[in-house]
Amino acid sequence: MRENLAKAFEFADTQVFRRATRPKTYTDLLGRKLFLFLLTVQGLGAFALITLGVLLKKNGLARNVMGPRIRQEIARAGVALMPMFLFVAFALGFLVIGQTVSALAKFGAINYLGSTMVIVVVRELGPLLAAMLVLARVGTAHVIELGTARAMGEVEALEALGIDPVHYLIVPRVIGMAVGIFSLTVYLIIGALASGYLWAFLQDVTLTPGDYFKQLAEALGWLDFALLALKAIAFGFFIAIVTCYHGLAQPLRLEEVSRVAVRAVTQGVIVCVLIDALFIVLYLVA
Amino acid sequence: MNEKNELPGGVAPQPPIEMRGVSVGAMRDASFTVVEDVNWLVATGEFWVIAGQQHSGKSDFLKMTAGLMAPASGSYKLFGIETQTFGEAELAGRLRVGFVFEGGQLFNHLTIGENVALPLQYHQNLTPDAAAREVQPLLELMELTPLADVMPSSVAANWRQRAALARALILKPEVLLLDNPFRGLGGRHLQWWLRFLDQLWRGHEWSGGRPMTMVVTTDDLSRLTGWENANRKFALLRDKKLIPLGSWRAVEAAGDPAVKELLAMPVGATM
Repeated sequence: MRENLAKAFEFADTQVFRRATRPKTYTDLLGRKLFLFLLTVQGLGAFALITLGVLLKKNGLARNVMGPRIRQEIARAGVALMPMFLFVAFALGFLVIGQTVSALAKFGAINYLGSTMVIVVVRELGPLLAAMLVLARVGTAHVIELGTARAMGEVEALEALGIDPVHYLIVPRVIGMAVGIFSLTVYLIIGALASGYLWAFLQDVTLTPGDYFKQLAEALGWLDFALLALKAIAFGFFIAIVTCYHGLAQPLRLEEVSRVAVRAVTQGVIVCVLIDALFIVLYLVA
Repeated sequence: MNEKNELPGGVAPQPPIEMRGVSVGAMRDASFTVVEDVNWLVATGEFWVIAGQQHSGKSDFLKMTAGLMAPASGSYKLFGIETQTFGEAELAGRLRVGFVFEGGQLFNHLTIGENVALPLQYHQNLTPDAAAREVQPLLELMELTPLADVMPSSVAANWRQRAALARALILKPEVLLLDNPFRGLGGRHLQWWLRFLDQLWRGHEWSGGRPMTMVVTTDDLSRLTGWENANRKFALLRDKKLIPLGSWRAVEAAGDPAVKELLAMPVGATM
């Protein structure tokens, strides 16, 4: 209900600072940027916790309304993007894997192909690329839809009807984005690895499909599967949180929606890079 | 106390709305007070009309009354329960109050029929088909059936406002708050609204004949044709104060220039 939104945003009203007069010195500018950053982090953190709380607490509530909404969001952040991801997988296979296979073959290092592919595609490029593409395609739509709904008073209308906006508007988007990015990451990786072999095959690299997949299987450990799943779901969850937060929190006027959309995408990219860095550390430690 | 705050032994129920020294901040900037020191009691079955010029704080005051924001100060009791804003614990109380926004504020991603059905579907976990069956009588009553499958953006403002009323009524609230509902309505629609709200207040067949407590805000008293004679109470929102005026006769007799303006009379004229 309203208390949920109010809690998340009461300390995070950054508009006061954004609309303030231009700072006179670089120190002022730096201080303001730092303060804005901390306020945003605080707001995002509160919003993430509240969303998680609502997700768990209201699990199963109004199934006949929430079920279709969640399926719709999964379709939007997953199924609807499959054709585009097929193209991207094909391009990734050609740009990265095909050329890597070709280069390794030249130096007689074809035995390292599996581990190279696992590091480049499974651990890094696959999840990150999937997250960025979904952020661009669906995350921006979240900001604009929610920002417009907020500006048009639809969020107030939900509250007036006793419907928790976090439950009705945010939870489906978070689930849809997490499931969508996870599924598309797996889809992208499989597609890229398959098309990569196809490109290598076309370059007359002497590597049978059996050897290729055997190398991949040997290079993959249980940790790769576990961290891949966690990473993709974390990308989905936090992209949804960042985009929904900006859509729902700040803009109360229609003219601010487009500016906030740009800000949300920028912060979404930063969050993805930070999550990626965290998982690199995890890989190194584990 | 039972679910509806009615005491056993025939004791009168708690008044739906009771304010003591309430101040209201603006929705967009809570630090700016739009209405202050309100002492107001709305008894069950009363019909209040709050008049005020544009930007006098009517919408913010009504939104606070509906629990969409907390009072800046003072005590606000809804059905006898001290209320700030509605949380999960106060959901039952929230559903006893219907709210019609100025302009409707329908959900643009849903059709008119889905808009009306949403509260019912959400709170009673009905399937879309079951919800559609439930809302059908209300849509027919409000002449909205032909528009049930149309998106709000494709419908004229008159009908959007009517759909917003249907959405607020679908859960059969005991108290109905309407924020400037007549603004921009065409003549035929205005007559329909005045007649329908009057029927709801007296106890419409659709709500089982139960009278409904109502609060309506308006910025044009001259449009309330036909509401002069009934036992309605009028108040004026001016200079951050809620000033009770009394009956329509008292409104007409008021020498306040603001009231004359709201009655669309020249300021120097007398009735």
